[in-house]
Amino acid sequence: MAKDTQHQLDIVTQPQFIDGSALTIPMFQILSEDGTIRKGAKAPEMDKELALKIFSTMQFIRILDERMIAAQRQGRISFYLSSLGEEAASIGSAAALIPEDMIMGQYREQGALAFRGFTVEQFMNQLFSNERDFGKGRQMPVHYGCADLNFMTIASPLATQIPQATGYAYGQKMDKSGTCTICYFGEGAASEGDFHAGLNMASVYKVPVIFFCRNNGYAISTPSQGEQYGGDGIAPRGVAYGMKTIRVDGNDVFAVYEATRLARELAVEHNEPVLIEGMSYRMAGHSTSDDPTGYRTREEENAWKGKDPVVRFQKWLQNQGWITEEQAEQNYEEKKAMVLAALKEAETIPVPHIDEIIEDVYDTPPKHLQKQLAELKAHIRKYPEAYPKTAPRIDGGK
Amino acid sequence: MAKMNLLQAVNSALDIAMAKSDKVYSFGEDTGSFGGVFRATSGLTEKYGRHRNFNTPLVEQGIIGFANGLASQGSYAVAEIQFGDYIFPAFDQIVNEAAKFRYRSGNEFNVGGLTIRTPYGGGISGGHYHSQSPEAYFAHTPGMKIVMPRNPYMAKGLLLSAIFDPNPVLFMEPKRLYRAAVGEVPEGEYMLELGKADIVQEGTDVTVLAWGAQVEIAEKAAEMAAQDGISCEVIDLVTILPWDVDTVAESVRKTGRLVVTQEAPLTNGFASEVAATIQEECFLYLESPIARVCGLDTPYPLSHEKEYFVDHLKVYEAIKASMTY
Repeated sequence: MAKDTQHQLDIVTQPQFIDGSALTIPMFQILSEDGTIRKGAKAPEMDKELALKIFSTMQFIRILDERMIAAQRQGRISFYLSSLGEEAASIGSAAALIPEDMIMGQYREQGALAFRGFTVEQFMNQLFSNERDFGKGRQMPVHYGCADLNFMTIASPLATQIPQATGYAYGQKMDKSGTCTICYFGEGAASEGDFHAGLNMASVYKVPVIFFCRNNGYAISTPSQGEQYGGDGIAPRGVAYGMKTIRVDGNDVFAVYEATRLARELAVEHNEPVLIEGMSYRMAGHSTSDDPTGYRTREEENAWKGKDPVVRFQKWLQNQGWITEEQAEQNYEEKKAMVLAALKEAETIPVPHIDEIIEDVYDTPPKHLQKQLAELKAHIRKYPEAYPKTAPRIDGGK
Repeated sequence: MAKMNLLQAVNSALDIAMAKSDKVYSFGEDTGSFGGVFRATSGLTEKYGRHRNFNTPLVEQGIIGFANGLASQGSYAVAEIQFGDYIFPAFDQIVNEAAKFRYRSGNEFNVGGLTIRTPYGGGISGGHYHSQSPEAYFAHTPGMKIVMPRNPYMAKGLLLSAIFDPNPVLFMEPKRLYRAAVGEVPEGEYMLELGKADIVQEGTDVTVLAWGAQVEIAEKAAEMAAQDGISCEVIDLVTILPWDVDTVAESVRKTGRLVVTQEAPLTNGFASEVAATIQEECFLYLESPIARVCGLDTPYPLSHEKEYFVDHLKVYEAIKASMTY
């Protein structure tokens, strides 16, 4: 924080350029890649129940991601975005919050949503755009949202949620709610103007917001280092905006949890915005529309498999005696069966009724939209075979 | 001549432009050696180097601001915005900067070398953030040219014109047709005139006007109408701004009827501008009200895309209604 706004600065008499590399920020790590606690580090105070809930969520999200990538390849859903390799970043951070804290994600934070209690059926309903989807089948797969779970609906445009998080947190502060907002985004999105606007305003207004950058190394094909940014990643920008900043190993669920827990204290108790940069790796393509073999090597991907956040945490849990390999395996199989059953169920549920097409544009549909719907329905009745998803139920009501 | 799809035609135009002038630069998100998410810039880095075809950081306002600066310096800046839906952070750089650069400086400076390429349009299960057709927002801005090609041949010749046109051009590529539209395209250089509509099919009963991917829909509807003995004159507007009033008005004076179809929502779409101008130009020739067949005034949906989509059946019905008014 600048100590003075009236230009009462220390004077130097020789020109001094501060080098762009003068501030390099280290990475906080607790769990080594082999699943042991690093020398000098301390495991966070976390009971067995919470540790197992975190692990169970990580397992579930990994299965969901793997199965849905396969489902997309089979043509059962149109599109999917996985969070493979980044489970610790979203789940470890969500675990350090209270359910009343708001989550504003980008589109790779399904882990945080699952931790909050979004059910496998709810995930599937969104992915299949059926009539039970909270978003009423309007957005592409993975654009989840749930007001009950304080998880703001995902939008595809990047970084738009960052200044929104600052505004939301301002309201939380004014309401003396004792809650904060966590805002996730990638290192690519941090290039957008909205990133800078959002951080600067948070610093000016001193709001309870945690900016969580998942630096996963790639924005689609564009590598972070040298092509997305020329400096030391995202973290130094937080310092420049005058806010508390930490860089953590994003594949270390303990480091993520502990950093977020402390950030929440700063945010909620002291109205200090915080920037956390979690260093990770996007193990899958950007989405199912992307093939990473066009821009990175198998060797690089394999090197990161050795840092797998789920495997790392499982090792620690086993060493701790809180789970056995057999139990973990059994849980995995049970979850897989559950995911497959929910998938089969969701694809049989119809799309929303055609009347929904004009809903929610405004609080109530204005006349011109009612007229357009009536014309559309008359057209569908005339050519029912051309609109098979909605024609059969067109006069059945919602 | 070679068989090319629309992407290959765009790539060929970029290749020729970059070979023609070493002041042509191509850039955008993922457009470097990877060749862009649709692969429109494939091979250009290998051929012209990473200083001529390159990746940008993920910031649309930065991409167009950078392009404006580069163009004002005298270069040809060909900037890709990955999806038309993501062009809006650059809105200020387009409408307040690119479009007014020449005017505000009394022609001391200009960004005539700017071309913005962006894929637009629906029909690809893209929901509301990968399906929009935002041409009308920009058509409200004096100073920009806006071009929307319908097929590979048009795309290549128009893009070459756009790059070397002394005005900033927004070049909107119909992504639904990127691989679906295949046609004969000359391998060498050729340019097609901007601001000139193209009569795709001559007819006598009703004029059907469209642009970009919607031309294909209009042609299909005209085919259906032909079965009923209705002769449609199908016109591709090609350039949205400045648009070819004369060609459209001449056709409507002949047919007495006009159906305009666009993918974008009805209200304040470019079809409305066409309807207003043509009723002025052709009032005494009109035998039925000018019909606009457009998207609903809602965001572009996902699960109801088929219903929302301005398909040939909707255009066909409008043609029939125009004939029987």
